[in-house]
Amino acid sequence: MRSIRKASVAALAIFAVAGGASLAQDKRTLTYYADFDPAPLAAFEAIIADFEAANPDIDVVLQNFDHEGYKTAIRNFLTADAPDLANWYAGNRMAPFVESGQFQDVSDVWADNNLSEALGSAEASMTIDGKQWGVPYTYYQWGIYYNKEVYDEVGAEVPETWEQFIENCAKFKEAGIDCVTTGTKALWPGAGIFDYLDLRTNGYDFHMALTNGEVEWTDDRVREVFANWMELVEPGYITENHAALDWQDAASLLIQGKAANYIMGNFAVAVFKDGGMTDNTLGFMPFPTINPDVARAEEAPTDTVHIPAGAKNVEDAKTFLAYLATADAQTKVNEALGQLPINKDSSVADDPFIEAGFELLSTTPGGIAQFFDRDAPAEMAKVGMEGFQQFMVQPEQLDNILERLEKARGRIYK
Amino acid sequence: MTTAVLPDTNPRTRSWWRRNQQSLTPWLFLAPGIVMFVIYVILPIFQSFWLSFYDWDGLGEKTWLGWGNYVELFDDDAFYTSLKNNVIWLVLYLLAVPAGLAIAVFLNQAVIGIRIYKSLFFFPFVISQVVVGLMFSWFYAPGFGLFYKLVEWLTGTGVAVLADPDLVTYGIIVAGLWPQIAYCMILYLTGLNNVSPDQIEAARLDGAKGLKMLWYVILPQLRPATFLAVVVTVIGALRSFDLVSIMTDGGPFGSSRVLSFYMYEQALSEYGYRMGYGAAIAVILFLIMMVFISGFIWKMIRDEKEGY
Repeated sequence: MRSIRKASVAALAIFAVAGGASLAQDKRTLTYYADFDPAPLAAFEAIIADFEAANPDIDVVLQNFDHEGYKTAIRNFLTADAPDLANWYAGNRMAPFVESGQFQDVSDVWADNNLSEALGSAEASMTIDGKQWGVPYTYYQWGIYYNKEVYDEVGAEVPETWEQFIENCAKFKEAGIDCVTTGTKALWPGAGIFDYLDLRTNGYDFHMALTNGEVEWTDDRVREVFANWMELVEPGYITENHAALDWQDAASLLIQGKAANYIMGNFAVAVFKDGGMTDNTLGFMPFPTINPDVARAEEAPTDTVHIPAGAKNVEDAKTFLAYLATADAQTKVNEALGQLPINKDSSVADDPFIEAGFELLSTTPGGIAQFFDRDAPAEMAKVGMEGFQQFMVQPEQLDNILERLEKARGRIYK
Repeated sequence: MTTAVLPDTNPRTRSWWRRNQQSLTPWLFLAPGIVMFVIYVILPIFQSFWLSFYDWDGLGEKTWLGWGNYVELFDDDAFYTSLKNNVIWLVLYLLAVPAGLAIAVFLNQAVIGIRIYKSLFFFPFVISQVVVGLMFSWFYAPGFGLFYKLVEWLTGTGVAVLADPDLVTYGIIVAGLWPQIAYCMILYLTGLNNVSPDQIEAARLDGAKGLKMLWYVILPQLRPATFLAVVVTVIGALRSFDLVSIMTDGGPFGSSRVLSFYMYEQALSEYGYRMGYGAAIAVILFLIMMVFISGFIWKMIRDEKEGY
């Protein structure tokens, strides 16, 4: 008796599921996991609405995660219950997922839509083993943001070369202003300084070789980078106590005029402007030249969308990626993000910092790096960034730091 | 009563149940707890031991390393920093026990409103460790923190405790002591309620007072409370994690790491995912804890036999 009832309940359940599925037949579901902040989220919802209007038989279900929590969550949901689309980052950051077979090869989307040309600037950072593993939709420039009022106050000119930059620092120091500010509590802001010093001292190819583990950390060229850095550290031109500051804390020092320069990504502009800075008081300049023989290279971390290996609706996911790669979609998304589109036919927003970034990146002769913690494997990035932070606090420990990094290199890149 | 709950028509089963009822019932009541304990505590311990012999990123294939993780661990500066910090934590955290006792003795008097004072002193234990960590990081914050300003006013230059590799661990321990002292205080306050008034009276007649009274009459009667306070504090010191994570994230450059935080960093943080290495750290931490835990258990069994 009981078993009959059980069986009938089960049958009913199956019927209900089947019925539900057949009802949804005229709209195919496409699940998308993402980690957007509020403004980008609104932009993406608009893009998705456009996509659904163009593809009425597809229903995109966007599940948004907290930005930091997403980095942990992705490891669980990729293996347990994969969505059809997932946000992630380009470069070495996607390598663990590609190598463990968690992301699908989407080279056909690239070939069918001629993306190698349209998204050419990001192709290298999306390619592993000669295949493309996702579609990039935005990137942003790094550089030096400075307080124009403070520059006027001490009578400093916007520098073109490293020598001029250091000369300015002496003026700022005299006026009791931090020449360079940073907040390295979360470690990564320090890597921005290292990357730029390295890109200007040794160039893009060396940066990639170093982050790929092909160069010893005790190499003379690495020491040269630290020697240039020393010109900032030794005279105390960098904000003291940066190790206890978050990057936003350091941003407020720049806003209050207690600091002059901040080596940062363009996302910081929103924080500067929230703090009361305007286009008249906030300036942007490319990192000054150190070695004129080295071709100028820049950093522009790229955000991407991927199809997990466990995706159920791969066909429609590829349709979405193709759509996201179009010039129109990228223009629209990046206008809301306040960042730069990757599709070369897109247009950029009417904003001095975005325009400066577009100008900077589209004319870069040397190459575009992602960022230290995206180009280097995660473990190396962690050890490296700790080393950079320590160098800025205890420069006399340089030899120990470099030996520690070299030891880590020997272990990590096997 | 039990037969009423378990109506059974088979006379043989019932008699077996009757015969063993007394010895089975405790196990039945313990069963849910034991199952949970085995699944969520005992099994993971063995899994950690097993995992610590592998190299695994949490996603791909595991590779057998043998003792590789341990060899690397014993050649890892960060491991020794964490170990050293754990020892500092252990020693300084125990200050919570005498400090808690002092406050408890001070508060153990009948004045109007004493309950309010007691609850005020207990308050830090009620708020979450995360909030304690945040409050203390503002307290220490360079530029605007109260402590920073105070030191600046006294000496001319402020000290950013959380940015200083030599001071940072002490700074975090002070934050940890705040709620821990409150906890020890409550343990002692309840203990003081049970101190026998006759003995105090007798001691007073014999002329004992002040510290002598405390040391020879009160403290021996507080032994159970002291034992509990020490156990809780030692375990608390060894698993200190939340404050480190909130206040410094292990920094500056890893100088405030403790073993539990280093384990988390290696196994689960954004730049980690070395499950095997994390498991090896967990095993070491487990072994250290086992020294204390078996000591405590040994003492409890001995006390029980003596009939405390």
